[in-house]
Amino acid sequence: MSARDSILARIRKVNASGGDEEGRRQAVSARLSGSPRGIMPKRGQLADTERRELFQAMAQTFGATIAEVGDYADVAGAVSTYLREHNLPASIRIGDDARLKNAGWDGERTLDVLHGASDGNDLVAVSHALAGIAETGTVALPSGADNPTTLNFLPDHHIVVVKAADIEGDLESIWDRLRGALGKGQMPRALNLVTGPSRSGDIEQKILLGAHGPRALHLIIVD
Amino acid sequence: MELTSDRFKEHAQKALLDAQLQRALGNVEKGFIGKRQMAADALPEFDAIRDNARDIKNHTLAHLDLYLEAYEKKVTEAGGIVHWAENAEQARAIVLDICRKAGTRTVNKGKSMITEEIGLNDYLAENGVTPVETDLGEYIIQLRGEHPSHIIAPAVHLNKEQVESDFRRVHTHLEAARDLSEPAALLSEARQVLRQKYFEAKVGITGANFLIAETGSSVIVTNEGNGDLTQTLADVHVVVASIEKMVPTLEDTAQILRLLARSATGQDMSCYTTYSTGPRRKGDPDGPKEYHVVLLDNGRSSMLGTEYQEMLRCIRCGACMNHCPVYQSVGGHAYGSVYPGPMGAVLTPSLNGIEKTGQLPNASTFCGRCEAVCPMRIPLPKMMRHWREREFERHLTPTTARYGLKFWAFFAKRPKLYRIAASFGIPALSVLGGTKHRFRSLPFAGGWTRHRDLPAPQGRTFQQQWQQREALKQNPSQERAA
Repeated sequence: MSARDSILARIRKVNASGGDEEGRRQAVSARLSGSPRGIMPKRGQLADTERRELFQAMAQTFGATIAEVGDYADVAGAVSTYLREHNLPASIRIGDDARLKNAGWDGERTLDVLHGASDGNDLVAVSHALAGIAETGTVALPSGADNPTTLNFLPDHHIVVVKAADIEGDLESIWDRLRGALGKGQMPRALNLVTGPSRSGDIEQKILLGAHGPRALHLIIVD
Repeated sequence: MELTSDRFKEHAQKALLDAQLQRALGNVEKGFIGKRQMAADALPEFDAIRDNARDIKNHTLAHLDLYLEAYEKKVTEAGGIVHWAENAEQARAIVLDICRKAGTRTVNKGKSMITEEIGLNDYLAENGVTPVETDLGEYIIQLRGEHPSHIIAPAVHLNKEQVESDFRRVHTHLEAARDLSEPAALLSEARQVLRQKYFEAKVGITGANFLIAETGSSVIVTNEGNGDLTQTLADVHVVVASIEKMVPTLEDTAQILRLLARSATGQDMSCYTTYSTGPRRKGDPDGPKEYHVVLLDNGRSSMLGTEYQEMLRCIRCGACMNHCPVYQSVGGHAYGSVYPGPMGAVLTPSLNGIEKTGQLPNASTFCGRCEAVCPMRIPLPKMMRHWREREFERHLTPTTARYGLKFWAFFAKRPKLYRIAASFGIPALSVLGGTKHRFRSLPFAGGWTRHRDLPAPQGRTFQQQWQQREALKQNPSQERAA
């Protein structure tokens, strides 16, 4: 008997001892299709303005910085401001996300905009989030050509653009969005939920920012 | 690692006298306990979610065979490959085979306790594949040739001076005069040294915090970002996970995630929670080209239906060891097993048998703090007691303890005799205790009194006090008169 069959047989011997196999199968398919939500914390269940405020407050609590702009055309300006304030070279990397491609780069003549996945030589990358999560100040970043996963981890500075209307209260709302876009039971190859810059507490349990991932996470919220 | 749990007492003695270790262990309380409490208090629904998380896992375990099948189907649909392994030996061989097919000389590793459990690093090294630990704590202990002393803070037993001396010993290509006195400098150096490694290894190995039946996804929860670099930059991503990591749906992970980081590090959410589903897809500019899952049993299926089944709810947050007075005093290495602390004291006998591990479930005062903070409401003290019973039944308990228990049981089963003996014994012990009311040593209990004194009983026996209390309840006027 294969390892698979003997493992499953041992489990089944215990689990099926009640005799109601049909009931067990129904319970499993009901849970997989129904995806019950469980206990929803009140924290994130807010009206639009308060939800956005909570998102910002939580993200800052976990070490992110925030800029707000009125329109996608202003994103490039906000990126340039960030680079200047941190004495960074005028070079960034972005993916194919259409919203980012039309983010006003023409107005920033000195800014070098590179495209595609990172090879580890970029100091700054800009991604567009699928959504924000107010409850924990988290941004959700699916993989793909629009926003390559390497941009989330290799550069020292990660700038994430998130649309105010995409700020959800909780993680469960992200699942609804993904099911709406991809279908039930489907996921992008990778989904990164990012909360603040990378950190480690492995030396004497002192929390230090900038472990192996980005040293800084900057969020630009577009109205 | 070699199992040395039968030498727990010896290890504990040494640990108590190790000044360096004792200083480092001070960070456990500072680093974890207050932060967990604050994070839990800030979420009013925390305890209700604990109940729900317990129910989610109980439901999953009762249907584990069906969820595993559903999960395997989804992984395959997404282009991934599921390998089933009965035990450590099979799992190691599967991973080595994947490495050989990929033609890699090195593998990068994200932090994973399951690969510790199967002894993967030594096995790969013996077979010509060099494993590189990329989590800062794991990297440090790999340099030292040690094993993790904590399931989420592997280097918690070390002080920064020890890390500095290891870095100077190993990173000889760097300027000798560099300043490494601050943890930030050490972190920065590790980041620099490991950065290049991510591009060199063709295979990246991670564990999993969850496997999701609904979508065929595996989830890792980290703070450093090394696990993500490991799996994103390698050609081949290998997930090694045990079967009880299964949850039914994405919503179920959302529930348990609200407990995991809070219980572990006192964060609302860890920095990086990553859901991985299959290999690189058409049009993807990055990500691994192959995605493998090694599904490991290694004793779990035999725990189902036993008094240890509830242990399979464990999400490896480490709260039980952070709050354990025994762990805080002796650290993780004293346990001589992969999993230390209260969860280890239950799991290690389940995985390795009680014969060599009987000292672990006995290394507890049953203070109950582990159960009080366990996010999955695992009754750890009860299960440690079950192991003590198994040990006693199988005549593995030390002779002195067995006779002591028999002696006590003789009286306990004869209440009249017990009362008479106690009414003479207690005053006698009180007198023998002297003016300090304590015993510095006792016959047959030298092991106990070596590190502490036994307080001598004072006043009346428990039963005498109880009788008086009951009498007062019946007739409260007596109290005023007294």
